[in-house]
Amino acid sequence: MYPRPFEYLAAQSLDDAIRELSNSDYGKVLSGGMSLIPMMKLRLLSPDLVVDIGRVEGLGGINDTGTGVEVGALVRHAETAVSPMLPEALRNAAAWTGDVQVRNRGTTCGALAHADMAADQTAAVLALGGVMLVRGQDGAREIPAEEFFVDALTSALGPAEVLVAVRIPRTEGGSAYRKLGRRGGHADFAVAGAAAWVEMTDGVVSDARVALTGVGLRAELARVTADALVGTDGSPVAVENAASLVDQDVPMIEDLFGSVEYKAHLGKVMARRAILAAVEAA
Amino acid sequence: MLVSMTINGSLVDADVEPRTLLVHFIREHAGLLGTQIGCDTSSCGACTVLWDGKTVKSCAVLAVQADGAEITTIEGLATEGSLHPVQEGFWERHGLQCGFCTPGMIMSAVGLLDVVPEPTEDQIRHAIDGNLCRCTGYHNIVRAIEFASARIRGVEPDPPDWLEK
Repeated sequence: MYPRPFEYLAAQSLDDAIRELSNSDYGKVLSGGMSLIPMMKLRLLSPDLVVDIGRVEGLGGINDTGTGVEVGALVRHAETAVSPMLPEALRNAAAWTGDVQVRNRGTTCGALAHADMAADQTAAVLALGGVMLVRGQDGAREIPAEEFFVDALTSALGPAEVLVAVRIPRTEGGSAYRKLGRRGGHADFAVAGAAAWVEMTDGVVSDARVALTGVGLRAELARVTADALVGTDGSPVAVENAASLVDQDVPMIEDLFGSVEYKAHLGKVMARRAILAAVEAA
Repeated sequence: MLVSMTINGSLVDADVEPRTLLVHFIREHAGLLGTQIGCDTSSCGACTVLWDGKTVKSCAVLAVQADGAEITTIEGLATEGSLHPVQEGFWERHGLQCGFCTPGMIMSAVGLLDVVPEPTEDQIRHAIDGNLCRCTGYHNIVRAIEFASARIRGVEPDPPDWLEK
């Protein structure tokens, strides 16, 4: 299967990429290509122009910048999965993205920009309070994760914008990601996945963020659950109570992998497991 | 576009359309037919090759992306007529029936053993998570990779299951 014909540009710089994207009718950014190329082969997407940022200098690497740890656009899932600089939730989510071959090639930022409804790292970045660092024709802007995932396969990126890095704020506390994959265990996209970040002060949960993926059209914060968790002692009973509230504000939809009832049930189970692990690590 | 890459140690160049996939470059321009096209949707892993030493699914990569890369295919494993330990393992432990998934399976095993020379059964099963086999039920593939791991480490492989029982 071949994609439809397109023009290909191996960008030499970010400016180069942004200029060509803004001059095209329908341009797409290619980093790892693990979602883009299969979609182009299936002709779900047929861009006129593919701008490959794979050779642009300065987009790789995981760097501590003082205000957080930045994961560059060309950092592959396999690198994210083992980086000691990154919180557990994001490392778990990267380690369970795709399969070995996909993790060797696909990028964390690519997965975020692709915004699949059942991606793993989207939920982790939401729970960790991640910030997207974006460059476009009008310069740089920052988009908080909770404003970045707009709809199924739709992010807040403009057509000529590039996700340059995601910044994970320096956070005390513990985090974790748990999922059930479509092929059982952790394999494949999430039927349901939950990421949690918890901060404990003197034995009390002082702050928390919980996010779900796979259950709706986009990764979503479970604010009611996080609010219910704050002020408790993080005990299994408190966590169970908070996790049981995920369907209060996270929209659930039926898909090929389960009914709304099933998704809500799994969402609660995964949230409970992720929160318990995060409390333990905090 | 002019694309040039090293495949199994030989430089291959060709003028290709940007939409040419790496697997087509390998099969049609380099003439190496060991790398299979299976599902063509990056699920089955039959097209797995090594790119700078790491496994990738060559049906999900454009040839132009791999310009300048070092690619190793199944044809690049055996040296001077002697099988690579993983190939030997698949032979000795009956790791294939129809053989269609075998080149990709072997490349994934090579990628694993490069990083983890003595994997547990669990690690082996996770490492071939991106490769589908419709014949064997994976059991003998896992045994074949264990055989190769022993060979690479210079250890006597366990006897085959069918002799133990």
